[in-house]
Formats: sequence, structure tokens, C-alpha cells
Amino acid sequence: MTEAGTERRDYDVAVVGGGLVGAAVAWGLARLGQRVAMLDEGDDAKRASRGNFALVWVQSKGLGMAEYASWTVRGSQAWPALADALSRETGIDVALQQPGGFHLALSEKELETRAQNLMRLHNQPRMVGYETTILGAADVRKMLPDVGPEVVGGSYCPLDGHVNSQKLLRALHTGLARHGGTYLPGRRVNGIATRDGAFRLSTPRGELAAAKVVLAAGNANMTLAPMVGLSAPMLPERGQIIVTERVAPFLHHPVVTIRQTDEGSVMIGDSKEEATDPAGMTFPINTVMADRAVRMFPRLARLNVVRTWSAIRVMTADGFPIYEQSTTAPGAFVVTCHSGVTLAANHALEIAPMIAKGALDESLGAFSARRFDARPR
Amino acid sequence: MLARVDDRHQRTIHISIDGRAVEVRAGDTVATALLAADIAACRISAVSETPRGPYCLMGVCFECLVTVDGVGNRQGCLIEVREGMAIETQSRRREAGR
Repeated sequence: MTEAGTERRDYDVAVVGGGLVGAAVAWGLARLGQRVAMLDEGDDAKRASRGNFALVWVQSKGLGMAEYASWTVRGSQAWPALADALSRETGIDVALQQPGGFHLALSEKELETRAQNLMRLHNQPRMVGYETTILGAADVRKMLPDVGPEVVGGSYCPLDGHVNSQKLLRALHTGLARHGGTYLPGRRVNGIATRDGAFRLSTPRGELAAAKVVLAAGNANMTLAPMVGLSAPMLPERGQIIVTERVAPFLHHPVVTIRQTDEGSVMIGDSKEEATDPAGMTFPINTVMADRAVRMFPRLARLNVVRTWSAIRVMTADGFPIYEQSTTAPGAFVVTCHSGVTLAANHALEIAPMIAKGALDESLGAFSARRFDARPR
Repeated sequence: MLARVDDRHQRTIHISIDGRAVEVRAGDTVATALLAADIAACRISAVSETPRGPYCLMGVCFECLVTVDGVGNRQGCLIEVREGMAIETQSRRREAGR
């Protein structure tokens, strides 16, 4: 264990952030035999990993960066291996389901906009090939028998799915502990210095030294990254979620804004990529979300709402992940993105081994924060 | 069988549980009344269809859901008994809007 003032390198890697991104990387490193410390805030943290919508989602991602689409498809395909590994190592079933997901349209205009957006996405140079189909109302109804009469159609992608993200976070933490990793809550990192070939992280409970440091602190990466010669421009957003009482399973495919959890609750949320009606968002968001959800599935109108919350989304300035190693402080990495659930397998099974090896693969070059410098003024 | 820890005099309230007349005490919650009547399972869960009963007794766990005076899925631990109240355990799982 480490104490303030200690001079040796206590850990191979210090991961800053105990949410889904940090925990995925930390678990991935620990199972490779690395000595890992995961520093986290306390229970009062604004924890995006506790407030998220838990989709493993592919369709419509990557407009403006085809590499993000490829990375997301790879994540979706690697998810079963992640779920299997977590189940084997921790006994926790994270309830992964990948039955394919929908984006539903409530007017012909919405459906047309949807089709155009998908065409723009899939016509990009270097775009990965996968199936997303525009379906009419009759075909949608075959798979989602409970849709209401206002649903005119939608898009369907067989790669889409969802998990129980609370169980995922618990499984990653449990897995980290099983591999000898050290969880250190109550350690909000205030400063990072490099001295004697080690990173020294100062926290309210003293200093911790590690040979490498991974910044996975969500929106706080914005202030942490410059401490080690990195940059992580973030634009946090607020998201809101409504949760109903638990009911018998009836919604067998997740919709981008509505899903039924493994435990029977229906979650109604909104998603940045999918904000089809920006004007609508000027009304109280909960009202718009609930109204659209009931028009999509009239049965929802008779369900009791048991809780609602809003959470701060982790969001980079352009919405795409940032993965980078510092050139001025080698051994310092930033790993941050919006989709900590969808990309959990990538972070645990691909990024972690690269960090253990000491270099991010060149194929991840598109995710460097240098893209923000290159913008024409 | 749970036993009450005090013998303070409380007014007796008459309710029914699944049609059976039951005497409880003023100030009891519906969940307490169920437990005092030796009813540990008050509903069937929505997904696994397994028996569930009062657990946290403070409004958090949503396990003690029962039908109270005809309204389904109410949290028994948050409702105080009233004279003539009709409580029904839920032997069928909750369906969405049916």
C-alpha cells in the first residue's frame, strides 16, 4: 500500500477514474498481471456511469469520423466475449442482450430525415460495412407488436443491444479486485507531477506513485490532461431518464430512447445523437420524452413512473473518443469517450493491452486530440 | 411468525387481506400488517415470476408491492392502514397497460 511521501513506484499503472471507462481499463490491465491502482472520487461524485442509459449501440454513430463507426462495430462484436469473461471471473451476469435495436419515426418527415442521415453516414469514405435497414410500419410491427398507430417506420440495426450497466460497473470492480487491483475511493486527483521516472498523483489522502497513469475521469479529464501534456476538450451535457415500475417483458428490442431492462423496468431517455427534434427540446424535456414514448408504445401510458433523474453526460468536444499517449510525459494516457458502455470491450480487451505494452496502436490515430488543433480557423 | 415488540394500546383497525378479515393496529403500514398476518410473500416478480415480500420497509426496494383498494403495485410500506381497507396480494405478474 502507498502512503504520502513514499519514494518507490507503488504501482505499474494508476487509473484515474472508477467509472465504466476507468474500471474497464483497470480490469483489463490487472488481468494482464499489471499492478493497478484505481483512484476514484467518493459516493458524492457526479457519476455518469450510474446515470447512463446502458445501450450497446451502433446505428447512426460515426457521422464525421468513419473510424469511430468501425471502432463501435468492433465493440459491439467484442461485447459477448467481455460478458463471458466477466461472468466467468466474477459470477456476475451483466445481462447483455443484442437482439438488434430500433430508431422509431413518428412522422414521414422523421423517417425521411432518418434515411438521409443514415445515407450520409454510410456514404462516408472508409465507412465500415454493416446493415442498417429502413423499415415501414408493418415490418416494424412484426418485431415490435406494441408500437402505436403513429409509428410510421424506423431503422433497425442487428448489432444494437443493451446491458445492465449497474451490474457491469460492479462486475468490473469485482474483477479488478479478483486480479489484485487496488480500489482507492475518496481520492480526487488534484495534481500530477513527474519525478524520478514516476507519476506522482496528489489526492486528499496523500500521494501515490505509479510508472504509468491513465486519465479516465470523464469530464474532469479536461483539467487533468494538461497536467501531463495532454489535452481533452470536453463539453458536458445533461441527460434525463424516466424509469417505470417493473412489468412482464414486452419490449424485446431496445429502441434508442426506450428500453426494457433485464429486471422489467422501462427506461425512457434521450440521446444526443438522436435528437431528431431540436425545437422540442425547448419544452420541459421530461414531458417531451414521455409524450414521444407513449406515442411509440401506448401501453406505457398506464405504467407508474417510479423515479426520474438527470445526469451529466461525459462528452468530448466533437462527441468522438480521445485516446492518446503524452509525448512530453510518456506513460501518461488519456482514455475518454461518451460511450463507456458500448465501448467497454474495446477499453478492457484492446486499449488495456496497448497501455500495458506502452504504446497505443497506430490504428487509433484518428482518436488523438490533435484533431482539435488541426481545425481551420 | 413475527411478534410485536411493544404492548402499547393502539386502536384496532379492521382491514381485509385477500378477502380475509384481519385486525391490525392504528399506525401500522400495509407492509407491517402483511408481516403481522404472517404473509411473507405478497406478489410475483415481473420477470422471474418468483415470490416477493416486504424487505426494506422504507420505500426503497419496491418489493412490497400490493393492490390497495383496487389500485395495483402500491408500496405497502409507505401506506398506513385505514378502517375498511382492502389489500390484495398480487398472484399474477404486472403487465404493461393490460
